[in-house]
Amino acid sequence: MKTLDPRLLRTTRGARRALAADVALGLLATVALLAQATLFAYAVSQAFAGRALASVAAALGLLAALAVARGLLACAFESTGRRAAAGIMSQLRLALVERRLADSPTAADGAESGEVATAAVQGVDALETYFARYLPQLVLAVLVPLAVLAWTVAVDPTSALIMALTLPLIPLFMWLIGRYTQGRTRARWRALARLSNHFLDVMRGLATLRAFNRGEVQAERIAAVSEEYRRTTMQTLRVAFVSGAVLDLAATLATALVAVTLGLRLVDGAVTLRAALTVLLLTPELYVPLRALALQFHASADGLAAAERILDLIDAPLTATAGGASPPATWQSVGLDGVCLANPGRPGRVLDGVALGIRRGEVVALVGRSGSGKTTLAALLLGLRRPDAGRVTVDGIDLAGLDVAAWRRQVSWVPQHPTLFHGSVAHNIALGIDGATGPRIERAARLAGADEFVRELPRGYDTTIGEGGRSLSAGQTRRIALARALVRDAPLLILDEPTADLDAESAAVVAAAIGEARQGRAVLVIEHLPALARLADRVVRLADGKATVERGAATA
Amino acid sequence: MRTLLELLRISRLPRARVAASVALGALAVLSGVGLMAFAGYLISRSAERPPVLSLTVVIVAVRFFGLARPLARYCERLTSHDLAFRLLAHMRVAFFAMLEPLVPARLEGYRRGDLLARMVGDVDALQNLFLRGLTPPLVALLSGAVAVAVCAAYLPAAGLVLAAGLLAGGVAVPVVAALAGRRYGARQAGARGELTVELVELLRGAPELVVLGADGAALARVAALDAELTRLARGEALAAGLVEGLGVAVVGLTVAGVLAVCIAAIAAGTLDRVLVATLALLAMASFEAVAPLPAAALRLQATLAAGRRLLALAGREPAVTDPARPAPRPAGSEAALEHVGFAYGGDESWDLSAVDLRLTPGHRVALVGRSGAGKSTVAALLVRFLDPGEGRAALGGVDLRALCQRDVRSRITLDAQDAYLFSTTIRENVRLARPEASDAEIEQALQRARVWEWIGSLPDGLDTFVGEEGASVSGGERRRIALARTFLGGAPVLVLDEPTGHLDPETAADLIGDALRAVDSRSVLLITHRPEGLDLVDEVITLRRGRIVSVQAAQRRPAPA
Repeated sequence: MKTLDPRLLRTTRGARRALAADVALGLLATVALLAQATLFAYAVSQAFAGRALASVAAALGLLAALAVARGLLACAFESTGRRAAAGIMSQLRLALVERRLADSPTAADGAESGEVATAAVQGVDALETYFARYLPQLVLAVLVPLAVLAWTVAVDPTSALIMALTLPLIPLFMWLIGRYTQGRTRARWRALARLSNHFLDVMRGLATLRAFNRGEVQAERIAAVSEEYRRTTMQTLRVAFVSGAVLDLAATLATALVAVTLGLRLVDGAVTLRAALTVLLLTPELYVPLRALALQFHASADGLAAAERILDLIDAPLTATAGGASPPATWQSVGLDGVCLANPGRPGRVLDGVALGIRRGEVVALVGRSGSGKTTLAALLLGLRRPDAGRVTVDGIDLAGLDVAAWRRQVSWVPQHPTLFHGSVAHNIALGIDGATGPRIERAARLAGADEFVRELPRGYDTTIGEGGRSLSAGQTRRIALARALVRDAPLLILDEPTADLDAESAAVVAAAIGEARQGRAVLVIEHLPALARLADRVVRLADGKATVERGAATA
Repeated sequence: MRTLLELLRISRLPRARVAASVALGALAVLSGVGLMAFAGYLISRSAERPPVLSLTVVIVAVRFFGLARPLARYCERLTSHDLAFRLLAHMRVAFFAMLEPLVPARLEGYRRGDLLARMVGDVDALQNLFLRGLTPPLVALLSGAVAVAVCAAYLPAAGLVLAAGLLAGGVAVPVVAALAGRRYGARQAGARGELTVELVELLRGAPELVVLGADGAALARVAALDAELTRLARGEALAAGLVEGLGVAVVGLTVAGVLAVCIAAIAAGTLDRVLVATLALLAMASFEAVAPLPAAALRLQATLAAGRRLLALAGREPAVTDPARPAPRPAGSEAALEHVGFAYGGDESWDLSAVDLRLTPGHRVALVGRSGAGKSTVAALLVRFLDPGEGRAALGGVDLRALCQRDVRSRITLDAQDAYLFSTTIRENVRLARPEASDAEIEQALQRARVWEWIGSLPDGLDTFVGEEGASVSGGERRRIALARTFLGGAPVLVLDEPTGHLDPETAADLIGDALRAVDSRSVLLITHRPEGLDLVDEVITLRRGRIVSVQAAQRRPAPA
């Protein structure tokens, strides 16, 4: 198993420092441990020889001081690891978010953004165990056994030989068990994940279950699946716990072996009581860090997998261009020129040589079945995706050579599934605009047909919406998103199904708003509604990757 | 404490298994203590150079404890985990039974993914109640008492020192841990939750933020929340270090103390010198009993917090309950709302008022109106997810409140707007409506929903996995599978709530046509905000702000073949 991804050390400053601190503190702790064992043996052997309490008082005092010192070191060791973990997690999380904002290539793919969110939150949390527990323990597992062995060689070479002989058995056993269990457990963990998600699945669909009178019956099913989960997990654990048991066994048997051997050699006078006690105290310490490391084994694997996933996401090549020339502010037309694009994981091209042009003052309606590439085409114009072949142009200039952030300041957009962000209604409408005034926001809301219902909300435009706030219906969300698009004075307006979820009355309001917005703007509407199609100068149909003009003149 | 007792009452832990698990745990700890104590005795005694034969018993004891410890530990881990999973199964079923009647009306906000996931996470966290919250203190109590008793039997003063040390390590340190946990844990959980919400929102809305140029502000907000979380995590790290350090220091100081009283006792002649190392090592090893307690204290706190949240949720009053003595199933299947009013927030403003609606057998009614007009509330009242505030909902002339919920829903089926597809095969998803249905009947239902052809094109056919972890299914196909499920149910009254919700008009028109053609003689309430299908019903009722504003008889056009 890989124990440390070199990229982690490269990318995060904190990781390297944490590792160095762990090594330094680990060394000090090891020295304290050896000193404690030696002093303990000294005090006992002195007492054994009949010395009075007063003559060992100094040793006992030192022993107490060492106890305090070890406590302090343990405190430093534990908190350093955790502090480092906190810093590294924060660093990775922010790097990941920044990376996603710099370039979200699969903007249209909601499932993917969910996965990234999971990686950013839970994945990063898995790293905590790795940095706060596994890595420090790894340092100790290397340092302590070596130091203990070296000290034992100095005190009693024979015992050191016994230890040295038992020690390699542990990695050997671990390796054998690991080989035996790895393939089987991986498949099992997957099955377990499915079983453990069953309860969540049931709770999600509970309303549906009740509608079909299956709510009560489901309790039996939950019991059965949970029982199955228990059975399968226990099968896995029976094997997984063996590795821990082997380590335990090695530690206790080695202690017993060393103790018995020492006893017999003491009877022969071949070793002193003081040396024997020192060795006896140190023997279990040889195995403690290894045992602790084994406990973190799974956590480390999870943490490392999460780290790799996050680093892959951070390191993914950027598709968007940073910098470049600003697009001309007074551009007259945008267009697609022989654009081809394939969606990852799907056969064939979704766009296959599409040509389309929109001039300012013009409304183009884009129609076609679900999956025909309408939303993808919008993503191209927004600079969220780049064509595999062909060009997206602004006044004939390739968008690929322009500063994409500057271009987006010229664009307004209502996505197919708009997002409401946590904040007031006004904040949501004025998103991305500094100092938008109340009247300007309300005017946009009126145009979008949102003003009326917003005023009926308990706190009007100050009502908190989005996650944790008041929930709005799909139609209301869409109208807020439309107001958001209209409040910006951008010359290109892209509306992806602006009237989905709207009743006929509201849809008419939206159509009127688009009619008003077309002044000086190029408008692309992805929509089927007849009212909108009437408004459009051209209706373009996307099918099989090609664009054909259904109505109006082709002016590509 | 109340939460703990309530949770223990619900959990109904099997006492014999708990006892076995605790006994094995204590056995493992005491074997470790025995190993070190006898090893210490063996070495001290050997230093007096006795005949080797006299050491045989001690040698056997050392070897015995050396073998017993890992074995007892292994068995203890298995029994305690087994018990935790049993507890989990039981808790899931128990909380499911408590939460089931609350859905959907009383858990409205919980339909969203994250809240629900947290609730499920809370239920799952309860398995720690036993494994990490309850066993460690019991094991510590048992094995600590034995260790102190043995120690005190040889030298009361040493027993006293050990008892004090164990109390410090087993009570004082966990208390410090619990206090630190209370100080940082809750605030950290809050900060983490806020950050998660903000992160998910930011990532989900990333394209919009980027296009609208609002990404900088959003990133700054996330960074601020992240900094707060990191600050709390650093504080917690220090607290964790303190707990760890205190634990280590207590062990060392206790051992030094035991050594001191033992050495003094030798001088006084009250203790054999052979026993010094024995008692000191016994003391040292017995701290294994209290080592897991600080972590257990923290875990118990978190688990109890989860339990409190769940109990608060489960304590809610269900929106509807079965009558004590339900009326017999009515003969007729006419569903009706009679002058119904309903208010979500008590009674200050009606969300529905004076709604009359009658679905005679074979009759098809469309309910139209803006989003938020109260259409889905009508659907919920008809299947008795809610009870009206005034007026009554009736089936075959009998008030729904007098009937068993089961009887209502076997006659009136709701195909909800957000009908859920479970993470299982298409077959099982459809069969849900009628578990005894044959494959032929399932196929027939899917054919009527006109999705059979698509299923035939899938490599696994009916056995294709759908839902959260299954193959991606487009919105149209998802709706059609849900519709097939509704058809299979065989209820004489169907309520179709926005069956064309997120579909494009061409797909929507096809689907509505197919659906209404397939229902044959059943009565249908079609809830929609779109024009598709309005030419296939007998009556169109328009709802605005909770009131019926128009009822138009429509000329039902025969569905196109």
